[in-house]
Order: sequence, then C-alpha cells, then structure tokens
Amino acid sequence: MTAVLDRVEATTAAPPARRPRRRLGDLIVPVFAALAFVYLMVPVAYTVMFSFNDAGKTNLVWRGFTLDNWRNPCGAPQVCEAFANSLQVGVVSTLVATALGTLVAIALVRFRFRGRALTNLLIFLPMSTPEVVLGAALLAQFLTLRVPLGFGTVVAAHVLFCISFVVVTVKARVSSLDPALEEAAADLYASPWQAFWRVTFPLLIPGIAAAALLAFSLSFDDFIVTNFTSGSYTTFPKFVYVSATRGIPPQANVISSFMFVLALAIVVLVQVLGYARSKRLRAPRTTQ
Amino acid sequence: MSIAAALGESVSGDSAPPPRRTAQRAHLVLLGPGLIYLVLFFVVPVGALLATSLYVPVPGGDVGEYQPALHWQNYTDAIAQFWPAILRSFWFAFLATVASLVIGYPLAYAIAVRARGRKLLQGLLLVLVVAPFFTSFILRTIAWKQILADDALVVTLLHWLHLLPADERLTATPFAVVSGLTYNFLPFMVLPIFAALERLDSRLLEAGADLYASPTTTFRTVTWPLSMPGVVAGTLLVFIPAAGDYVNASLLGNNTNTAMVGQVIDARFFKVLDYPTAASLSVVLMVAILLLVGAYIRRSGTEDLL
Repeated sequence: MTAVLDRVEATTAAPPARRPRRRLGDLIVPVFAALAFVYLMVPVAYTVMFSFNDAGKTNLVWRGFTLDNWRNPCGAPQVCEAFANSLQVGVVSTLVATALGTLVAIALVRFRFRGRALTNLLIFLPMSTPEVVLGAALLAQFLTLRVPLGFGTVVAAHVLFCISFVVVTVKARVSSLDPALEEAAADLYASPWQAFWRVTFPLLIPGIAAAALLAFSLSFDDFIVTNFTSGSYTTFPKFVYVSATRGIPPQANVISSFMFVLALAIVVLVQVLGYARSKRLRAPRTTQ
Repeated sequence: MSIAAALGESVSGDSAPPPRRTAQRAHLVLLGPGLIYLVLFFVVPVGALLATSLYVPVPGGDVGEYQPALHWQNYTDAIAQFWPAILRSFWFAFLATVASLVIGYPLAYAIAVRARGRKLLQGLLLVLVVAPFFTSFILRTIAWKQILADDALVVTLLHWLHLLPADERLTATPFAVVSGLTYNFLPFMVLPIFAALERLDSRLLEAGADLYASPTTTFRTVTWPLSMPGVVAGTLLVFIPAAGDYVNASLLGNNTNTAMVGQVIDARFFKVLDYPTAASLSVVLMVAILLLVGAYIRRSGTEDLL
C-alpha cells in the first residue's frame, strides 16, 4: 500500500521542467498511425469474419455465424484442389528462385567483374515491369513457341518474378558479412570451398530463409502473371478471382484466414525470439 | 542499389568488397544459371512481345491466327482506340501513390521515430504493416467491395452526415478503384520510408531544436530531405504495380469510367484473341513506365537507387 502511494507521490512530484511538456500536437502522429492500422486491418478482419458466415450462394452478405465452413474447408468444389496447386507452385518456384537468386547475390557482392552494371539492370528490370506486361510477354513467348500452358509455365513465370527479390534480399545479407571471417578460415588452411560451406553459408541462412519466405508469399498470392500463363490450370488466387463473378465460397475465406493466422504466428514468433536473443546477447553477464 | 534494395539494404552500405584474385572464373559459375534464366524468361519474352505487337492477321485465317510482320500501325491503332484507359491508368496510379504517401509517411514516421529504441514494438508494428499480405490479395479487394457497398456502414454514415449526396454511391466508382489500389499497395510505401527514417540520426533532430528550429522547420529541412530515398523507392513501388493492376479496376470499378489499361490488355488477349493490340498496349505501358521512372529518379536526384 505504501509502495503504491510512494509511487504515486514520485510521479506527481517529478519536476515538470525535466520532461518536455506533452503537447497536443505530439499526439497527432500516434493517433494517425493507429487510424492507419485500423484502415490496414479492416479488410483483413472482413476476410476472417466472412469465413464464419453461414453463406448461401454468395458470401457477400452476413447471414449468421457458423463453424461449418471451418469443419469442412474442402466443402466447396475445387477450393482445395486450387489451394494444393498453389502450394505446389509456391514450393517449386521458391526452391528454384532461391537457389538461382542466392548464387547471383553472392557473385554480385563478392566479385568485381565486367558487366556488373548490366547484371544489376537485368535484376532491376523485372521488378520495375508491371505484372501485366510480364504476363503478356511470357504468354507471347509461350504462344510463339506453342508451349502448352499449365503447371510448368506457371512455375517458370513465378521463378522469374521471384529471382530479383531473392537477389536483393540475399545481397543485403552477404554485404553485411565481414570478409575477415572467410580470410580467417583461409588462414586456418580451409579451402575456398570449405570456407564457404563451413563459414559463409551458415551465416547466410537467415537471409536465404527471408528471401525464400518472400518468394513463397509472392508466388502463393500471385494472380496477374498466373492468369496469363496458366491456361486451364487453377491456383488459389485464380480460383477466387474466377468465382468472384458467381460468388466466392466461404471455404476460400477459411483457407485464406488459416494462412493468415499461420503466417502471422510464424512472423511474430520470429520477431519475439530474435528480440529475446539479442537481449540475451547484450545483457551483461552477472553470474560467473 | 536497386529500388527494393532500399527495403533491405539499409544497414549494408554496399561498400566495395576486396577484389578476388583466386578463382577468376568462379563468378561465372555463380551468375550463369540465374542470368541465363533471366535472359530466357525475361529478355526473350520481351522480344517476343515486341515481335507480337507488329504481327498481322493471317489473310483468310481464323480468329487468333497471326503471322510475323512489321505492322507499326498496330501501335497507332491501339493508342487511338485505348488512350483513355492508358491515361486513366497513370492518373489512378498517381492518385493512389499520393494517397498512400499521405497515409504511409506518418505511419512509417510513427514506427521509425516515435517508437525508436523499442525494438520489439517496432518489429511487431512492422509485422502489422505487412500482415494484410498474409491474406489473399483478391479476397482483400472483395472485402473493400463489401465495405464500400451501398447498404454498408461507410456509405450509410456518409449519407447520414450529408458528406455524400443521397443518390450517390461509392461502389463501382473511380473512388472505389483508387482506394482499393491505395489499400493494396500501401505497405510498399511504408517499408522503404521506414528504412530511410530508421537510419536518421536522432541527434540531427535535436540539433535542429537546439538551433531554435520549430518542429515544422526541422521536419522540412532535416527529416524530409533525409527520408527522400525512402519516399522515392516507396512511390515507385506503389506507382508501378498500380499502373499495371487490373484486379482493383475489375472488382471495384464499372464498365464506363474506370477501365484501366491492364483490363484492356487482359481482355484483348483472352476475350478477343487480339494478340497484336494486347502486345502493343503492353509495350506502350512498359516504355511509358520506364520513361516516367527514369525521369522521376533523375529529377529527385536519387540516381544511386538504380
């Protein structure tokens, strides 16, 4: 009790001159930011909410709460097939794009060579080309060569737009590494090959993992490029877009909400663990 | 440094690495697969797109049959017919970019400057910024349609406040399309601005205050110029996808005054099988964006973004 009173006294007795006076203007930015977060979250909340809708034919109007959609996520025709296709495309494109992009990133940071500027331009251009142009160009190519559209062409397209993002993400990690580490390995008689696999690569793993996650999320949610390169092959976003005209089944919201919760849980966990680790590393050692 | 590099490379500084003497050819092995892929699936397809844009129909052939030609008139025809959609795409993308700058800058400022020093809070707020990306892009856009629907809360409230005339609606209007574009690409604006503001030395702001600058003056002369690389990267990351997008226009718009060029390209390809027109419109869009982006980067004095 006295402790509480003491604390109250302490806060009220704090000399006002020490702290800068809280002005009303200081609140504008936080309040605005809070409103912006509401703006960002409302459509997400809608998506999740409508996964519990007792929807009839169309899932646009609220008709009452039900758990049926969650109990039976594959209840609507084609939903789970499209979802499984998206997972497949996502995994294969991520593996290929991450492998190719990581190699390019290492070369760009660690080697000086002629044509570096051209390489950078080649990485930059796909990122600064709108998806509809990428899709149209790939479709023009596939039509010219009479390549049948399907899983293969979708993966080829996804790898293309993922590579640049992988290069950029991994490059950041490579250039933050201290070259002295590799030199130390060389001093200890490691071959360049050993030095790479024993020293450099383990240090690159967080960057490569981040790049892979980015590539997967780009691929999994892509609609425009997929629409141009898929023919009759259906991915999850394409399924949702195509069903929009006649009504999206609530099961699509279930799958999307599930992915949302899963991804959010992973990312928040990574943040919290990373924070805890950095705190532990920085903490002075009190025990011997 | 590339545009997106500003997202991730805030800490790296891209210092020149020591040149390697050993393994002279190693870089070719590393670069080879990736670059060959980009050539095969980007450079060659863009070439195919250019070629297709000049094709002519096979005389007496079926719909959708074309043969190689150098029919430059495809371009003038496409532009003459579809210039409103082209201009509208750039106009909508511009409005969405401005709107997301207005919303995104204070948000990035709040996270980078106001939450400075609280690493966990910053991390979690950034997760919230990108969290919408964890749900489906199309479902989020459908959610906007529901939010802006005639009998929904927003429109009812605006009618009640007489901010929107009783006979007007939000759904299927240019406003709906631009707000959908703004919503969907806003995180791309926030992240690079955050990265730029995060690097900002708080002592500079204190110095501004010590020299009797008002908070507004400090912002105008210190914070804003130093956050410019983030602003440039963010505006490009919003403008480019917004200009080519057609999901928002087709789900939130109408058939008369919201058509964007992406919709036209998609319809020409799939509904009319008019590949040359679709290809020439794609080339026009790509060239226009590259010219605009080049001029913008030059003007804003951030050439090192490329």
